[in-house]
Amino acid sequence: MSDDIKVKPGLRESATFDRNTMTEIRRAAETGIYDIRGFGAKRKLPHFDDLLFLGASMSRYPLEGYREKCNTSVTLGTRYAKKPIVLDIPVTIAGMSFGALSANAKEALGRGASLMGTSTTTGDGGMTPEERGQSTKLVYQYLPSRYGMNPDDLRKADAIEVVLGQGAKPGGGGMLLGQKITDRVAKMRTLPMGVDQRSACRHPDWTGPDDLAIKIQELREITDWQVPIYIKVGATRTYYDVKLAVKAGADVIVVDGMQGGTAATQEVFIEHVGIPTLAAIPQAVRALQEMGMHRKVQLIVSGGIRNGADVAKCMALGADAVAIGTAALVALGCNHPKYEEEFQKIGSAAGFYDDYHEGKDPAGISTQDPELMKRLDPVAAGRHLANYLNVLTLEAQTLARACGKNDLRNLEPEDLVALTVESAAMANVPLAGTSWIPGKGF
Amino acid sequence: MKTINLTECTVRDLNQALHDQTVECTEREWEVLEPKGQHNIACGLDQNISVDIKGPTGYFCAGMNKKAHITIHGNAGQGVAENMMSGSVRVKGNASQAAGATAHGGLLVIEGDAGARCGISMKGVDIVVKGSVGHMSCFMGQAGSLVVCGDAGDALGDSLYETHIYVKGEVKSLGADCIAKEMRDEHIEELSELLNRAGVDEDVTAFKRYGTARQLYNFKVDNTSAY
Repeated sequence: MSDDIKVKPGLRESATFDRNTMTEIRRAAETGIYDIRGFGAKRKLPHFDDLLFLGASMSRYPLEGYREKCNTSVTLGTRYAKKPIVLDIPVTIAGMSFGALSANAKEALGRGASLMGTSTTTGDGGMTPEERGQSTKLVYQYLPSRYGMNPDDLRKADAIEVVLGQGAKPGGGGMLLGQKITDRVAKMRTLPMGVDQRSACRHPDWTGPDDLAIKIQELREITDWQVPIYIKVGATRTYYDVKLAVKAGADVIVVDGMQGGTAATQEVFIEHVGIPTLAAIPQAVRALQEMGMHRKVQLIVSGGIRNGADVAKCMALGADAVAIGTAALVALGCNHPKYEEEFQKIGSAAGFYDDYHEGKDPAGISTQDPELMKRLDPVAAGRHLANYLNVLTLEAQTLARACGKNDLRNLEPEDLVALTVESAAMANVPLAGTSWIPGKGF
Repeated sequence: MKTINLTECTVRDLNQALHDQTVECTEREWEVLEPKGQHNIACGLDQNISVDIKGPTGYFCAGMNKKAHITIHGNAGQGVAENMMSGSVRVKGNASQAAGATAHGGLLVIEGDAGARCGISMKGVDIVVKGSVGHMSCFMGQAGSLVVCGDAGDALGDSLYETHIYVKGEVKSLGADCIAKEMRDEHIEELSELLNRAGVDEDVTAFKRYGTARQLYNFKVDNTSAY
C-alpha cells in the first residue's frame, strides 16, 4: 500500500490484516477466483543485498581496476556435447515465450544478447524466425507442453534446455490466457484462437529421473550429440534435484529461485512456493561438489539478478553463469514511467505493472496487440539490453578485481560475508565481522 | 536393403547411419536385427526411407520421426513415435504408455494394445489402435484423430481440445470436458479413411465418436471442480 495515504495518528493498521490483505480478501469475495499475475515474488526475501564482498587489503592482493585482465567468458556443456556453447559474458537471457512476449520483444532480446556474445532462450510455444535470426547463440527449451516443438528447430538450436520447472511456480504448469492467443500464437501451438491455454506441469512421455536419462539420450541421438543439454529446475529441494539431474546426464543445470519471473501464474503460487535464489545456490554447489562434478557440469542461476553485484555474488557462491529475465525486460522498457498515464488507465502504475497475462502492456512487451507491439523498436531495445548486460559485466569485473581475481569464476565463498543471520545460514558464509556460519559453529 | 545387427554395433551407429540419409540418401530400405529392447532406436529420422525393426524396442523408438516409414516387428516401449511430424510408424505388437505423445503429424498404427496415455497431448497425428488403450488416453489432445478398435480405459480425452476420438468398444469413463458426440457423415468418411490408411478392416458403423464439449476452453469460476 502506498505510503502517501494519510492516516490519522492513533489509528493502528493490523500487521496481519493490512490494507493489501484486506483488498485481496474483498477481491476474492467479489470474483470467486484467485488472482493471476506475472512477475516474480514481490515479498521481501533474503537476497544478495544481504551479502557483502571482502575487498582485498593486507591479506589479499587486488588487481588494478581498469587495466588488469579479468576474464568473463564461460564455456557451457563440456561434459558430453561435441559443440559446447561459449559465452563472452556469464550473463544469459532466460527462457521467455513468444506468446507471453511480443515478437518484437523476442527479437530485441536476441539482438541484445548477440551484441554481447551471450545466449538467449526460447520458451513455451516454440522458436520464431525473428528470434533465431537475431540470436547468434540460442537455447531451445524443451517443455512439458511441447507447443511448437519440432525436430528441425531442435537441430537449429545451440543448446537444449529440458524444463522441469521454474522458480516462480515449481510444480506448476504455464498459463497463457485467451486474449494473447492470436492467430499466429494459436497456429504455433496448434490451439484454437482465444482459448485459455494451459501448459502441462509434467512431461507427457516420461516421469522420473530414470526416464529422463533416456529422454536426454534421445535428444542427444536426434541432435547427433552436437549440442549441450541443460536441465532447468525451480528451486525447492535443490540439493536432491541437482544430484538427480547430474545422474540423468545433464551438461548444464539451471536453478531458478523463487524471485524468478513468470508471464502468468496464481499469486498464491508465486509468493508461497519455492525457495529464494540465495538459499538454492549453496545446495546446488554442494550437490555438484559431492559428486565431483562442480565446474564439469556447469551451474546457471537465475531469479532476481539485478546488477553486477548480484552476478558476482552468484559466481562467488559457485555458479558458472547467471540468467536474467525480469531485469532484461526492464532494460527493454518494461514498466517504464513514460507510460505512466496508460498504466493508470488499466488500473496499474509504472513500476507496479504485473498483469502480463492481460496482453495490454503499454510498453509493447508482454502483449500480442499489434498497435502496442509497434511501440517497441527491437533495434533500440536490443541496444539498451546490450548496454545493461555490459554494465552487469563491468560491475562484476570491478568487484572481482577488488577481490584479487582475474576471472569471475575465481570468486569464491571466502570472498563473502553476510549481513543477517538468515542470509549467513542460507549462503553458508560467515556473519560479517565474525567467523560464525550458523549451523557450523565458530 | 541395408541390414544392421544391433548386437554388432551401437544404437548411436545405427542412428548416425540413418541420419546420414538426410544429407545423401544411399539406401531406401533398412532392416534392423536384434534390437533387444534398446532405447531410442531410429529416432530423429528425416528421410523417405523404410526401416523394419525385427524385434522389441525400448523407449522413444521412432521419436520425432519425419518422412520415414518405420515398422516394429514386436512390442514397443514407452513413447513410441513421440512428437512424430510425418511419415508412419507401425507397431506389430503392443505399445507401452505415451504412444504417439505430442505427435504433430503422420500415422501411428498399433496392431496390439496401447498402454496408458496413448496420444497424450497429440497435435495432429492420426493414431489407429487395433486393440485397446489404457487410462488417460488422449489427455489434452489438441488435433488429429485417435481410433480405438477395442476398449478405452478411464478418463478418455480428459481436458480435450480438438482431437477426434473414435472408439468401437467400451469406454470405462470419459475425462473432464470429453463427451460422446453424434457420428455424422463426415465423421464416417473420416473414420473410413483412417482405417483404410491403417489397413484395418472394421465396421465403421460400430464406432462411437467422442470430442470436446469446449466448456473448459476459458476459465470459469463454476468449473473449478472440473479441473
